[in-house]
Amino acid sequence: MSELVTRTAAELRDLLAAGEVSAREVAQAHLDRIRATDGRVKAFLKVLDEQALAHAGDVDRRRAAGEPLGPLAGVPLALKDILATKGIETTCATRILETYRPPYDATVVKRLRQADVVVLGKTNMDEFAMGSSTENSAFSKTYNPWDLARVPGGSSGGSSAAVAAFDAPLGIGTDTGGSIRQPAAFCGIVGVKPTYGLVSRFGLIAFASSLDQVGPFARSVTDAALLLDAIAGHDPADSTSIPEAKPDFLAGIDKGVQGLRVGVVREFMAEGMEPGVRARVDEAVARLEKLGATVVDVSLPHASYGVAAYYLIAPSEASSNLSRYDGVRYGLRVPGETAEEMMANTRAAGFGPEVKRRIMIGTYALSAGYYDAYYAQAQRVRTLIIRDFAEAYAQCDVLVGPTTPSTAFTVGEKVDDPLAMYLNDVYTIPSNLAGAPALSLPIGLDEHHLPVGLQVMAPVLGEPAMFRVARALEADLAFDPTPRGANALETPGGAAA
Amino acid sequence: MSTVTETTYEAVIGLEVHVELDTRTKMFCSCAIDFGGEPNTRTCPVCLGQPGSLPVVNREAVAAAIKLGLALGCRIAPTSEFHRKNYFYPDMPKDYQISQYDVPICLGGSLRVDTSEGEKVVGITRVHMEEDTGKSLHVGTSGRIHGADYSLVDYNRAGIPLLEIVSEPDVRSAEEAKAYLTELRAIVLALGISDAKLEEGSMRCDANISIRPAGQAEYGTRVEVKNMNSVRSLGRAIEYEIARQIDMVEAGERIVQETRHWNEDAGTTSTLRSKEEATDYRYFPDPDLVAVAPDSAWIEQIRAGLPELPAQARTRLRDELGLPADRAGTVVGNRLVGRLDEAVAAGASAPEAANWLVNEITGWAVERGMEPAEAPVTGVQLAELVALVGDGTLSTKLAREVLTDVLEGKGSPRGIVAERGLEQISDTGALEAIVDQVIAEQADAAQRVRDGNAKAIGALVGAVMKASQGKANPAMVNELLRARLLG
Repeated sequence: MSELVTRTAAELRDLLAAGEVSAREVAQAHLDRIRATDGRVKAFLKVLDEQALAHAGDVDRRRAAGEPLGPLAGVPLALKDILATKGIETTCATRILETYRPPYDATVVKRLRQADVVVLGKTNMDEFAMGSSTENSAFSKTYNPWDLARVPGGSSGGSSAAVAAFDAPLGIGTDTGGSIRQPAAFCGIVGVKPTYGLVSRFGLIAFASSLDQVGPFARSVTDAALLLDAIAGHDPADSTSIPEAKPDFLAGIDKGVQGLRVGVVREFMAEGMEPGVRARVDEAVARLEKLGATVVDVSLPHASYGVAAYYLIAPSEASSNLSRYDGVRYGLRVPGETAEEMMANTRAAGFGPEVKRRIMIGTYALSAGYYDAYYAQAQRVRTLIIRDFAEAYAQCDVLVGPTTPSTAFTVGEKVDDPLAMYLNDVYTIPSNLAGAPALSLPIGLDEHHLPVGLQVMAPVLGEPAMFRVARALEADLAFDPTPRGANALETPGGAAA
Repeated sequence: MSTVTETTYEAVIGLEVHVELDTRTKMFCSCAIDFGGEPNTRTCPVCLGQPGSLPVVNREAVAAAIKLGLALGCRIAPTSEFHRKNYFYPDMPKDYQISQYDVPICLGGSLRVDTSEGEKVVGITRVHMEEDTGKSLHVGTSGRIHGADYSLVDYNRAGIPLLEIVSEPDVRSAEEAKAYLTELRAIVLALGISDAKLEEGSMRCDANISIRPAGQAEYGTRVEVKNMNSVRSLGRAIEYEIARQIDMVEAGERIVQETRHWNEDAGTTSTLRSKEEATDYRYFPDPDLVAVAPDSAWIEQIRAGLPELPAQARTRLRDELGLPADRAGTVVGNRLVGRLDEAVAAGASAPEAANWLVNEITGWAVERGMEPAEAPVTGVQLAELVALVGDGTLSTKLAREVLTDVLEGKGSPRGIVAERGLEQISDTGALEAIVDQVIAEQADAAQRVRDGNAKAIGALVGAVMKASQGKANPAMVNELLRARLLG
């Protein structure tokens, strides 16, 4: 196995630019790694060997000809199967879109192409991004490279597992309530949920429109910032896209934390956290203080209502967003005697149980007579949480806490207990409700050799400070992202764990 | 309407009018609005509701909404929102319609209409923006979705911008409703925001109708009536529905809140769906869109660019151009104001030019199924025609023929007169010869005139006109005959 797969995106970019390796070689090395391991990890729903090699070959040809290239030319990436790719199946891991091939590319997909990123394939996920373990995929489960009996997290578990398994240095996920950060934490990699509106949602198959955001996975903070830089920026096709210029994520990334104020969210440290998670988080906070940050204790008093508010707002929007899957224009169609019956049969057969559960919750929450008690009330909670964050950021530049209450759980462990599954998102949801950025950084392992994630949160468009803090801690901790342990996937390139 | 209605019951009517806008592109995507395309050719991922597609508000449609709002005296909301109206239907690509709900763009205006009982002010509750649906074609004997063998859907219309204009329940009769719809249509046409064709569905009108005993303050139970596709059928439907409701009440039955369908051929309404079957639309703010917040400078710019509105035009035609009120109303209603102004600017008298516009030109257009305003005659040509009649060159009868030639594209009035040699004979010498010849030929009639039978002169005038192939100036002929026979 080629050692190329152990490289970061920044390293590959430099090797490619220096002509020490070709984009085809890089793509082939990663495709080989996928072939060798994905039978066990099952990160990918579709591997795009031919397209990837053709694109890589084109990058090599253009480089040889001295033509202009994108900033990540030849760097491979795993793409969550929720982003529309023209002419290529985009299933959202649902039966209802099993054969759907979009007639257009998502803006993010276009930007990846402009950056000359080589897309290796489309990754598994929870159906319509609804879930925290990737067990809700209609097609396959995905397994955590750190322990193949455990889940990779979700809903972007395919992309996080692919990056953790060294199938690709970069991955794209989407985060509605924690769907990038939680799988990043479970898989020992970096995952970023950007500011709402920073990355275009055009071509992102909607789950909950006011919360959904596309973001990067990587095995280093700098790689994540590089990928975010490639996909961020205003898009006139998305009305909720931020019109201002995107911040410079990289300029100050290595400046350290000297002079920065880091708030520790009191409510997130209170209870419900596994001891192994608490120990690593406490250590990380202590390290930040040692590195020169001022650590302050802050409160988000309404954050505990976040899960309840989220599980009203997200299903409400989803119930409407998913109406269009009616068998009339595309995707699955199950015949019926009447149009109405055809629609009902199609939806009954095409949606899985978690999706149906959320459609029912959302339909109920929006119905006449209940709207004020549920949807409108949840929106008021959202306003309170936004206010909480504003008050916290009056005292500090970033907030930190655990990404998840626990490390990766075993496959099947929570599948029959939706509420236990929903509580995985307790620390991640508030940032989605506030539209603010947050990142998960691997900070060590618990007693089961499973990665623990630290969440770094920042105010809207505060990504530069968020990356700076994460980068400083990353450099200090020198976490090794290679999965290891009794039931881990084998190490790539023959290097010892 | 039965006299019972006027004496015992009062009808309370509110109207909901939908207008399809003539914008270049659709409400939320850049597909061209171009009628008559092959089915499903004016579509894109957005208006087909493809997964992942997102709407972006059409600024031109917002401008049209503001124009109409200003014309109706509405308040333009500094921020308004789009909501989703959720229901499943095959011709609705997203299975929800993007519409405005509790925060529409225009609020609280009014419309003045003329009725036989004088001016009536109808309150405007709101004007809001929304998107149209596609069109279903149900193949089978019924032509409706129930019982169809199969159905086809054309999404070319899906996403075309609509304005919905909701009136207060201020309308009291079919006549007022017709006057309201006619006036609203005239305003929409004057603003140039829609072709507003009721027959083709680019303007649609639903009526909410209830009755109550005269003098009662509370409203009765209302019934919504749909599917009226002309001003006339709106009037017929309202009259039918009022009579139906009165009959029910008189018979001791209870009126149920429901939606009824107007059947044009039968001249009746029938139940479409009852209140119990009404869908819960689960309205909520569309999270894919941001608030519409037109700045005041833009609103003022739109206000400054508003054209003369029908009511203003009627007043001007009456007060400044001296037209009778009803004639002014017809000129405005047929959108002939521009043509009239052009003719007047070219020297024509307004009443005469209006006369030609309303009688001859409108008649010619209607016979051909055209809008009067589409008749191919310019104001300058009209002024020329009026002048030719005025200076005696053409008789009214010949002028009609010349006008027909103009409308058929044969040239200008003067050119046609010259080409066809139609100048009226006003030369006394030339006429005297014809007059003498006719008196000689029709000695009996001439004698009766001499004997004091004044009516008999008509036959002689007719004979002279015939002999001159219609070119003789009838007034001069009359004068010459009198001089010869009675002088």
